Amino acid sequence: MTINEIQEEIIEEFSAFDEWMDKYSYLIEIGNDLEGFKDDWRLEQNLIEGCQSKVWVHAELDGDKIIYSADSDAIITKGIIALLIRVLSGRTPDEILGSELSFIEEIGLKDHLSPTRSNGLLAMVKQMRLYAVAFKAKMG
Amino acid sequence: MNINLEQIRKDFPILQELVHGKPLVYFDNAATTHKPRVVIDAVAEVYEKYNSNIHRGVHHLSNVCTQAHENARIKVQQFINAKHCHEVIFTRGTTESINLVASSFADTFLQAGDEILVSQLEHHSNIVPWQLIEKRKGIKLRYIPINEAGELILDNINDLINSKTKLVSIAHISNALGTINPIKEIIEIAHAKDVPVMIDGAQAIQHVAVDVQQLDCDFYAFSGHKLYGPTGIGVLYGKEEWLNKMEPYQGGGEMIKTVSFEGTTYNELPFKFEAGTPDFSGSVGLAAAIDYLQTIGLDKIDQYEHELMDYAMSKLEAIPNIRFIGTAKNKTSVISFLIGDIHPFDMGTMLDKMGIAVRTGHHCAQPVMQHFDIPGTIRASFSFYNTKEEIDKLAEGIIRIAQLFG
Repeated sequence: MTINEIQEEIIEEFSAFDEWMDKYSYLIEIGNDLEGFKDDWRLEQNLIEGCQSKVWVHAELDGDKIIYSADSDAIITKGIIALLIRVLSGRTPDEILGSELSFIEEIGLKDHLSPTRSNGLLAMVKQMRLYAVAFKAKMG
Repeated sequence: MNINLEQIRKDFPILQELVHGKPLVYFDNAATTHKPRVVIDAVAEVYEKYNSNIHRGVHHLSNVCTQAHENARIKVQQFINAKHCHEVIFTRGTTESINLVASSFADTFLQAGDEILVSQLEHHSNIVPWQLIEKRKGIKLRYIPINEAGELILDNINDLINSKTKLVSIAHISNALGTINPIKEIIEIAHAKDVPVMIDGAQAIQHVAVDVQQLDCDFYAFSGHKLYGPTGIGVLYGKEEWLNKMEPYQGGGEMIKTVSFEGTTYNELPFKFEAGTPDFSGSVGLAAAIDYLQTIGLDKIDQYEHELMDYAMSKLEAIPNIRFIGTAKNKTSVISFLIGDIHPFDMGTMLDKMGIAVRTGHHCAQPVMQHFDIPGTIRASFSFYNTKEEIDKLAEGIIRIAQLFG
């Protein structure tokens, strides 16, 4: 599936929720299920400190694809991270850099990514793109 | 007689607003309070009827505007019972008031090795200005520690206030925990050693009657916007004898008597500390807010807010896994808490979806959070326009959200 197909899939999933409560329950669920962030990665250099919640991001190359791992101390933030990873992880730098993350707005979570939100998510998206730029340069 | 809650709620236009389609429940009053119609109208009236730069104009509007601004100063003087109206300096807010004292007091009185004493409970704005002075002057910033209830530990106060101590600067009421500090006692101890005391009244002025002469504090700082007045106006009260000795804070118009390249002489109090065009619409708005509060009656406000606080505590105590942060015997208007291991950000985000505004995080008091070893708290802070029904909604909301987290 392409990045856009996955975004469509997420939008479809979220369209089933009539109530904001259900939407956030789902975010909590996928936030709780998000695993794979190793303790070794919980370093200062991987930390994006928001005023409200902390986010850690790690990235590594697997062939020509970037594998992202991330974690947060707040579950809703972690739920949104899980969605971002689902969309962007396992993609080439070119795919990542060419993507528009439209699903966030479509599923009504845009305010979580606005610059006025101090949860570290906007900085995380920027960091994910920066990794893509860096890995692309490295791959030549 | 009780306050007329129905009428009061009508006085605040913003309380009629919907948030996410639900009636606004506003429990973030320690961050800022809403404005009654009379304040909004008073500010609008300045711009509609007599806006003009003040103090040196010879024309009619300037005189009207100057009068309104100076009447506001007298209003504040009476409100806090200052001896003189020139002891009331208008600033942008508590933060600027503290920075003013830190900077001017340091320039005039501080030398390397001197000590300033604050407390572990302080808002960052009563820590960082002193740390800047620490760097600038080589002084040492010390603090009064707190206990597990979030109360100041005064056991070692006689060591903490010593011959090197030049100023004590303490919050009247903690913004993060609501603890009411024994400032009268601290002022007496400090004065016995000839050390002046500054009180950060940002969280007190809207809840308790403040009489600066009775307290005998040397400085008292507060913000207009937490007192139902406009943002951008604040007050520094300072005893005449200190303010007269202190170097000015900022230079510019208003604060000078004569200027030449050979030398400048400064204006008298209060103007010496008010460089530039003052916020005269802010001062007029603040005076309107004080009028409004006095019309309702500060004693009635205090009584009702205590009632709300007791009601909120009884409701919140019943919530499973709630942990109160800050359990001082003497506290007011602020309840800080955590629910199980739910992150405050998650709780705040979900409550917002229910139209309930609380504050989450460290509340600009990171040393307090470090003391309790927590990332932050959920803070509900109350005003006399809040209702018991709103507190019910908060409690129900928390319970519903906690269930989602399982």
